[in-house]
Amino acid sequence: MIKQGVQAKQAYKKLAQRHVPKRPVVANVAKAFLVGGTICLIGQFLNQFFITYFGFNEKTAGNPTVAVLIFLATLLTGLGVYDRLGQWAGAGSAVPVTGFANAMASAAIEHRSEGYVLGVGGQMFKVAGPVIVYGVVAAFVVALAKQLLTIM
Amino acid sequence: MPLLGKQTWQFHSQPVLLSSAAVVGPKEGAGPLGAEFDACEKDPYVGQESWEKAERRLFEMACQMAVQKAGIAESAVDVLYGGDLLNQIISANFAARTLSVPFLGLFGACSTSMESLALAAMTVDAGFANYALAATSSHNSTAERQFRYPTEYGGQKPPSSQCTVTGAGAGLVAKTGSGPRLTHATIGKVVDMGITSPFEMGPAMAPAAVDTITQHFQDTGRTPEDYDLIVTGDLARIGHKIATELFEEQGIFLGDKFKDCGILIFDPDQAEVFSGGSGCACCATVTYGHLMKRMAKGELDRILVCATGALLSPLSNQQGESIPCVAHCVAFERGEGQ
Repeated sequence: MIKQGVQAKQAYKKLAQRHVPKRPVVANVAKAFLVGGTICLIGQFLNQFFITYFGFNEKTAGNPTVAVLIFLATLLTGLGVYDRLGQWAGAGSAVPVTGFANAMASAAIEHRSEGYVLGVGGQMFKVAGPVIVYGVVAAFVVALAKQLLTIM
Repeated sequence: MPLLGKQTWQFHSQPVLLSSAAVVGPKEGAGPLGAEFDACEKDPYVGQESWEKAERRLFEMACQMAVQKAGIAESAVDVLYGGDLLNQIISANFAARTLSVPFLGLFGACSTSMESLALAAMTVDAGFANYALAATSSHNSTAERQFRYPTEYGGQKPPSSQCTVTGAGAGLVAKTGSGPRLTHATIGKVVDMGITSPFEMGPAMAPAAVDTITQHFQDTGRTPEDYDLIVTGDLARIGHKIATELFEEQGIFLGDKFKDCGILIFDPDQAEVFSGGSGCACCATVTYGHLMKRMAKGELDRILVCATGALLSPLSNQQGESIPCVAHCVAFERGEGQ
């Protein structure tokens, strides 16, 4: 019979840890660098493209660039490709703006079966919501700190 | 007395598993056991409009096929024991609405396959039913969305995760007839060894499996030598290794006899199967599809199937609770007329 109790649990955790394979951190970092870098490179090309051909300047070219990247990521999510890329690339495809688009689009697609209001509308931010909340909170704290520093 | 030792039921009349059916999705169909299942659906939606409806349809198909194979009318089924992984076990409940037979819904997570079969055998043994049906299902996409993330979300899973099996399995238990006999069932205790990560189901469930199987040997006085195969439900590659080590600590050496449905169902080279299969359908389809066929061919005379279930919910997990697990096992014996 399996022994119960605090000591047995601790011993078991050690036993289990020996068998659970570690995440391949070095390989993951390399893959993330490669894919994340490639996504940013595409972004840079788009940025330059909008500046050269559409009369945007360095400050305003960011908006159409991000819009195109979001469009592409959403399209790839809908085609069922982005999740496979995500499994390979890890943080490389999760961190850039495309990862955020995937989080929104995948939740929207998933919950379409519960209708457009409670399903798509209500659940769209399920995965991406915390990012927005803590993004805004972090921005507020940073802005406050900057303001206080300039006053002093 | 039908109660043997502490936790084992002995079925004196030895009810027969008259027929069984296993239906799976495309990934399972492409796996090493693909040819042994009764039906392999090419479309993960099974022609339905949502994942939930697809799972429900698989459940119905497995039940209907099992009944058809036995050559009885659906209305002859006296009781259906069924369950699945979804909230309020909707797959089983809604399929039971279609089947329209007396129904008892169960939740034992992935242990439901043997939980339902043990109850069906007990019901028939006690004379409360002539035909009792035990069925269970799971679907990769319904499980993903309920327990983890949307299916198309690009989050990275660690190598210790498992792949929920899409499919359903059903077994029809009767008083007499030809087929494997159900001789014993050991009902497991809930065991929680403090594993908290939902990506480590195998390590969480291994102690429960070892506890139940050890108890089975103690209650029945049997040893591993009495069985041709001892199979766990969905410990997968990591949990299987841990269970082997735990058995050795208990002085039980199973060797090559010890298998796991989560390892059998997928090829490790298949995309995104990680450490192996999981879900209610993992144990159900492998047992009712693969193992029963091997018994019918005469390759196996006596086997012990131990279905393992992780009794967590996304809520309990987010609140930081560890994962309680349970395992139930049923002993199958090759029948005479087989």
